[in-house]
Amino acid sequence: MSGTYLGLPSFPRAAAESTRDTQLRANLTHATHTIRDKRAVAIGELADWPQLRAAGAQVKDRTLRHLDHYLLQLEAAVTEAGGTVHWAADAEEANRIVARLVHATGESEVVKVKSMATQETGLNEALAAEGIAAYETDLAELIVQLGDDRPSHILVPAIHKNRTEIRDIFRTRMADWGRPAPEGLSDSPAELAEAARLHLREKFLRAKVGVSGANFMVAETGTMVVVESEGNGRMCLTLPETLISVVGIEKIVPTWRDLEIYLQTLPRSSTAERMNPYTSMWTGTSDGDGPKVFHLVLLDNGRTDTLADTVGRQALRCIRCSACLNVCPVYERAGGHAYGSPYPGPIGAILTPQLRGTDNELNASLPYASSLCGACYTVCPVAIDIPEVLVHLRERVVQGGPVTLRGTRTTIKPARGHAAERAAMRVGSWTLDHPAAWHTAQRLALRTRRLHPERAPGRTARAWTDSRELPALPEQSFRDWWRQRRKTRENGGDQ
Amino acid sequence: MTDTSGSRAEILRRIRQALTDVPAEETPGDVPVARDYLRVHAPRSPRERTDLLAAHLTDYRAHVHRTEEAGLPGTVARLLAEHGTRRAVVPAGLPGAWLAEVSGVEVVSGGGGLTAGELDAVDSVITGCALAVAETGTIVLDAGPDQGQRRITLIPDHHICVVRAPEQVVDSVPQALPRLDPARPLTWISGPSATSDIELDRVEGVHGPRTLDVVIVTAQSSA
Repeated sequence: MSGTYLGLPSFPRAAAESTRDTQLRANLTHATHTIRDKRAVAIGELADWPQLRAAGAQVKDRTLRHLDHYLLQLEAAVTEAGGTVHWAADAEEANRIVARLVHATGESEVVKVKSMATQETGLNEALAAEGIAAYETDLAELIVQLGDDRPSHILVPAIHKNRTEIRDIFRTRMADWGRPAPEGLSDSPAELAEAARLHLREKFLRAKVGVSGANFMVAETGTMVVVESEGNGRMCLTLPETLISVVGIEKIVPTWRDLEIYLQTLPRSSTAERMNPYTSMWTGTSDGDGPKVFHLVLLDNGRTDTLADTVGRQALRCIRCSACLNVCPVYERAGGHAYGSPYPGPIGAILTPQLRGTDNELNASLPYASSLCGACYTVCPVAIDIPEVLVHLRERVVQGGPVTLRGTRTTIKPARGHAAERAAMRVGSWTLDHPAAWHTAQRLALRTRRLHPERAPGRTARAWTDSRELPALPEQSFRDWWRQRRKTRENGGDQ
Repeated sequence: MTDTSGSRAEILRRIRQALTDVPAEETPGDVPVARDYLRVHAPRSPRERTDLLAAHLTDYRAHVHRTEEAGLPGTVARLLAEHGTRRAVVPAGLPGAWLAEVSGVEVVSGGGGLTAGELDAVDSVITGCALAVAETGTIVLDAGPDQGQRRITLIPDHHICVVRAPEQVVDSVPQALPRLDPARPLTWISGPSATSDIELDRVEGVHGPRTLDVVIVTAQSSA
């Protein structure tokens, strides 16, 4: 596997391969089920979860409907606080800006905080081409980088690797990048974390340039927010002399107060904790504390095209918690790599085709990488109606229609040679060939039935419920009932 | 900024074109945000609030110690001794009384002169905090005089953080934000450094301090 997403096969072909990987499936099932069970407990602690979820969605909608206003406000606040703001229309421009800023420091290496935006732009590869080494410092990203691999999950990018595989990567590859793995390294997570600590500490202590993303940018104050667990983020954000943050333009919240919503919903939705171990907030530069130079690179790269679609726009509310991945029966079986983008799972299935357009087979197939079970919508802390957008994008792929591509309005034709329909059929038959996916979806729907809306998600289904009540879900699915009945019989119980 | 000004104008143009469905007269305030979520998730007495903070910090593997004002110097000295600390760093504005009973430990001032490499040779750091949040088990540092630069609480492997109860303890995140100044560099800490990246097994301590001792100090009268 190589570290780039170029030239990847369409979702059904990639999924057909990954579903045969039993190790991957076992790793994924364990991981996704662990997180989602814990998440339900963490959210159960907050009686006002529905209100927080609604407010989180509303604040993002307010931001998106007035994005130009908030970006200008943010730019003024960051500049006032001693930072410099750059604007990048696409990935290539963002990478060029970062490379130029690094060159200007005279350095040839940077330490990086885990960042979806720089994965999306392929920054590490672009910097390597410029003679700049970029070191990933999040443990999972380190595993992925040392293994010449690609991330497969938004929150835990090395979710597809188990401890023995990680130990082998550390043993064979750490020496190529710096301090080698300790002699006799075992596969205990504590020892592996210690090996990463030793390997990376020498890089942190000498680093002159840090590169990060941001979870939130506050327009009124110019404050950047990074949430993390390990402390590698704090290292990269405070020790270097120069800090460069590459952030998607949708990551803005209007006011300082708005953080009270997301600092409650993001940790509980993503890591299932009341709060993540570390959150760093900085506003420009501070005398004698942290980097002396701060650059903010605001990234478009398809976001304004997504904004132009009034149905698909809601994907820009995403706060990258990854809760939708952990409940998705299709993600659980196909794995993150099948989605061919840094954004896997349900959110990736709607975000990637909008950011990149649907003009190749992979992107055109992604809106079909779903059973439309709706579990992703139920768990989304900013209430993105992912099924609605999936159906909308399917229409676009099959029927064509008006879209905005790189800021230019255009009309796309139905997908070339019905490639999309073929892709759709393949995904459809793939899903039907994997009945456990459907089964999981059903059980999930039942478990969360108290949260179910009275109207169905999705444009078509919603039209149906305009004049009808959504039928109540039964206490038990037919399959569960059947299984229980059979078990009772086997145990010699009532017939 | 100058060499990307073309992209600045282009991105703003794209945004305005993308938002033609938004009525020209609409202001941000016209997009409703219902803030009907709770400011606090349960009514609590000051004592209950402090107990909840302690419980939630402990949940995420911080070590919580309770003492009255008079017992603080002894507690700090004991925690340093138990950790086997030989060198400790303190911010310039740390009250001297907190260290009154410390002996056999070289105390260096983190007033700004220490490099990251020098801090790496320090065992412990002792600080105050700006406030603590009970519902999430979080302490917040704002680089105040008794907290110092962000780096001094990051590089040493052991952090002793003093929280004054009840005045520094708030219930919730919505109560915490108005008390903090966004212009200051802020660090929110909920338990020691941790990772769950390997098979989702939680391991404490990857890069930040592996041991977090939180000393909750109550005034004599309110104890």
